Amino acid sequence: MSGPQGIGASVKRKEDRRFLLGKGQYTDDIILPNQSYAVFVRSQHAHAKIGKIDSAAAKAVPGVLAVLTGDDVAAAQLGGIPCGWLVKSKDGSNMVEPPHPALVQGVARHVGDPIVMIVADSKAAAKAAAGLVEIDYDVLPAAGRLADAIKPGAATVWPDAKNNICFDWHIGDPATTDAAFKKAAHVVELDVTNNRVAPNAMEPRAANGNYDGANDHFTLYTTSQNPHLTRLLLAAFTLHVPEHKLRIIAPDVGGGFGSKIFHYAEELLVLWASKRVGRPVKWTADRSEAFLSDAHGRDHISKAQLALDANHKFLGLRVHTYANMGAYLSTFAPAVPTYLYATLLSGPYDFPAIYAEVKAVFTNTVAVDAYRGAGRPEASYLLERLVSHAARQLKVDPIELRRKNLIKADQFPYQTQVALQYDIGNYQATLDMALDAIDYKGFAARRKATEAKGKLRGLGISTYIEACGIAPSALVGALGARAGLYEAATVRVHPTGSVTVMTGTHSHGQGHETAFAQLINERLGVAIENVEIVHGDTDRIPFGMGTYGSRSLAVGGSAIYKAVDKIVDKGKKIAAHLLEANVSDIEFKDGNYRVVGTDRVKAFGEVAFAAYVPHNYPIDSVEPGLEENAFYDPKNFTFPGGTHLVEVEIDPDTGVVEIADVAIADDVGVVVNPMIVDGQAHGGLAQGIGQALFEEAIYDENGQLVNGTFLNYVMPRAADLPNFKVGNHVTACTHNPIGVKGVGEVGAIGVPPAVINAVLDALAPLGVTDISMPATPEKVWRAIQHAKRGL
Amino acid sequence: MKDFEFHRPSTLAEAVALMKHKPEAKLLSGGQSLLPVLKLELAEPSDLISLAGIKELTEIRADGDRLAIGALVTHAQVNESPVVHKIVPALAALAGWIGDAQVRNRGTIGGSIAHADPAADYPAALVALGATIATDRRKIAAEDFFKGLFETALERDEIVTAVHIPAAKRAAYEKFHHRASKFAVVGVMVAETATGIRVAVTGAAPSVFRVPAMEAALAKSFKPEALAGIGVPAEDLMSDTEASADYRAHLVGVMAKRAVQSAMR
Repeated sequence: MSGPQGIGASVKRKEDRRFLLGKGQYTDDIILPNQSYAVFVRSQHAHAKIGKIDSAAAKAVPGVLAVLTGDDVAAAQLGGIPCGWLVKSKDGSNMVEPPHPALVQGVARHVGDPIVMIVADSKAAAKAAAGLVEIDYDVLPAAGRLADAIKPGAATVWPDAKNNICFDWHIGDPATTDAAFKKAAHVVELDVTNNRVAPNAMEPRAANGNYDGANDHFTLYTTSQNPHLTRLLLAAFTLHVPEHKLRIIAPDVGGGFGSKIFHYAEELLVLWASKRVGRPVKWTADRSEAFLSDAHGRDHISKAQLALDANHKFLGLRVHTYANMGAYLSTFAPAVPTYLYATLLSGPYDFPAIYAEVKAVFTNTVAVDAYRGAGRPEASYLLERLVSHAARQLKVDPIELRRKNLIKADQFPYQTQVALQYDIGNYQATLDMALDAIDYKGFAARRKATEAKGKLRGLGISTYIEACGIAPSALVGALGARAGLYEAATVRVHPTGSVTVMTGTHSHGQGHETAFAQLINERLGVAIENVEIVHGDTDRIPFGMGTYGSRSLAVGGSAIYKAVDKIVDKGKKIAAHLLEANVSDIEFKDGNYRVVGTDRVKAFGEVAFAAYVPHNYPIDSVEPGLEENAFYDPKNFTFPGGTHLVEVEIDPDTGVVEIADVAIADDVGVVVNPMIVDGQAHGGLAQGIGQALFEEAIYDENGQLVNGTFLNYVMPRAADLPNFKVGNHVTACTHNPIGVKGVGEVGAIGVPPAVINAVLDALAPLGVTDISMPATPEKVWRAIQHAKRGL
Repeated sequence: MKDFEFHRPSTLAEAVALMKHKPEAKLLSGGQSLLPVLKLELAEPSDLISLAGIKELTEIRADGDRLAIGALVTHAQVNESPVVHKIVPALAALAGWIGDAQVRNRGTIGGSIAHADPAADYPAALVALGATIATDRRKIAAEDFFKGLFETALERDEIVTAVHIPAAKRAAYEKFHHRASKFAVVGVMVAETATGIRVAVTGAAPSVFRVPAMEAALAKSFKPEALAGIGVPAEDLMSDTEASADYRAHLVGVMAKRAVQSAMR
């Protein structure tokens, strides 16, 4: 062990050795004996009746093993892809929950909807066969864009969903909110859209299904963030095979960002097809397929109103949002614009009244579901745009307006008007920290220097809050979740004192293999080199809920702590026996059991050895072995928050926006590995800036995705981004044993409104008051032209 | 990608003969455009004839005050060549803005111009500089070479061998790149050579074009201000998710002024 490795140590990531050597094992790397390959023929139309499917030529291609359609899926009685969250409308009725067959049965409802599955000896044969399938499409009118789908007379996606509405939900108190607006001195209004983005994990989705006929057992390798959830849905809803006959392995996964939470049809189909053809069946999406079939993110159209008193204190907030669901309800889709969005609308502010209505809308597009931040970026974008808009309208400093309305440090625990109770935070501290980091006082001089170059400079602010580690299970169950949201851990101490931890969370870039090992080091004093973290295999790990919503350390780490508590306690009993002392006199510190106040000590490794070689052992009262399980169900969400500041430079001739500086100060709770936390912030910022300036999945009115390739879908690149200034101010979470909150999403949540506020600050002298994400060069140029004509 | 026969001739004559006898064959140079097309199965040639073994196409040399660049010379080589830097430094700079480092290390000038992507950078340079394109059978003025969207004056079995470029008194290329593809949304080359001043635009329309009004104005006064008020009609320009036609038209003006400014340095 070289130097400290516990909480607060920036140790290098253990997993990076295999990644940097190119030795990661991703789903597509796994080639099973007798492997076969699947390719899907997907709908070219956003909405079409499927007539005759002529697959004779496809079946004749040498090497083709099976050509399967929706009829085969129906005949096999495979279950439809289920939705994991039930949201009820205002009137108490259930959301419209349409069927989602694994292969299209009768009507295709988005471009990319899978119609035919080809299984062949080789991917080339499967592709060749796919090209020969002839499908009769009877093209129907499509609702291709959210804005179109909500118009009167829009094409109908599902007959049961009148006006394409899936549910019409609300939260907060309309009466007190109306009263607040009645007594307001100022009311500020803003329409905002939150642009639709494609997740674009570096590794496209893949699934390799293998049916072992001799043992009547299925194994699925899949790009999943939560293998147990996938197993549960396969067992209970889609494949109808009990859990003990199903093993789900999510090996190395190259990024998820939410898009790999969900149970996708391809996972079911490769397992089913494997049993049919008697060989393992592997499918790997290509990038174009990923664009068309991965669940997208965001896609909201909202109206927001802010009521303020004469002193600019916030009195109330009213929000109306349309949220795109796509054509089918993906696993967590209904939860995203409701319990992960509207419950966050108080932001970091002291709001006496809030009322929000959310209408979820079907469109003829691929599903929309959780994407890094999931609902919280949409809330933060709306609120932070609205507050800065209010500052401009009221001609007050946007920072001072925020300062006046932030929840004060002595107001915690703070009960919002939208269900959540924030346990702790210090929003003033993070605001001050970020202002220092960006040298706020020097901004005027920097603006002058920029103007001397013929450009415009703006500074944008966002003070955000988010909620991580969605929980507790009883609460989310009451809100419609069809699963629990606890986490599980097994801590196995080996006879010679090294440790294996089995966790129900899944690492797909987060660095769990390092951060979780640091927890063991912190508690047991074992070097991280002697700790192995096992995840992603349902046969090796306890039943856990996986990784999303920045929950892994707060929930999964807490489960590890609970299991360690049991290890430490059991070790005390063993040590007491070995040291011939009372258990109550034994303390455990720095890897040693000690009789309090003496130099009588047993090292942790000695105790572990005694547990497995119990020659001299309290065998009558203590079982041998040193291995403990724990399940942890959190008492509350955790609430990271902070301030993100962005400076931009704009070329008024071209409209190009350059990010000149980014300084953020987050409170993500106790920091286990500062380097990993910084890295998470960086990645989140890149994605957040991506959404603000570059990314948009553009569907046309016919429901065709017009920019579904990396030739025209603009991803942020390193060269587009400055060096980020990242700071942390810690208030420890009050209700989990580590004090951690979560950092996976803060960048994507906090920074988009800061970018747009900076752009609008830069353009304000020209009279521009609004711009939507992504602020592309053309959009900025147009806004300037428009303002010029208006002047 | 579909199956194909692969050939690697070592002389130009062999390559020409192969092309003659294989009507569904495609020539492979650096592969930076062709391979993505094959992967997406947008083309399914029966044969790929690699030019990589033909030594005579790999040279950059000064031919008096003219530059002769072999068809197989990569963008990186153009970018780094002292000869190019000496005779037409603006061309070296342009080559450094093509794609990314991987593309520049593989992609070739002959492959690029034969492909005639409307957003490629070279066409603007070759037209503005009054270059001549040599093939296995003839010489074609750059202006006559680029015919339209992915369309050139080349016959099906004709092979580009070199590009001959006259020295420029002054020249500069300014590119507004697509933020995803890094191709030119609008690229403008302004060049003054022995035959006069030319302004050529790539990326904006289905094929490279000159802007005579700008050329006339610059002939009178080689200053950015000389271009004030001179635009190109948006009707003929392309529209896509990155830039609409009228934004492109606007950018032609901005990039032309910037190119003049750069050329004056």
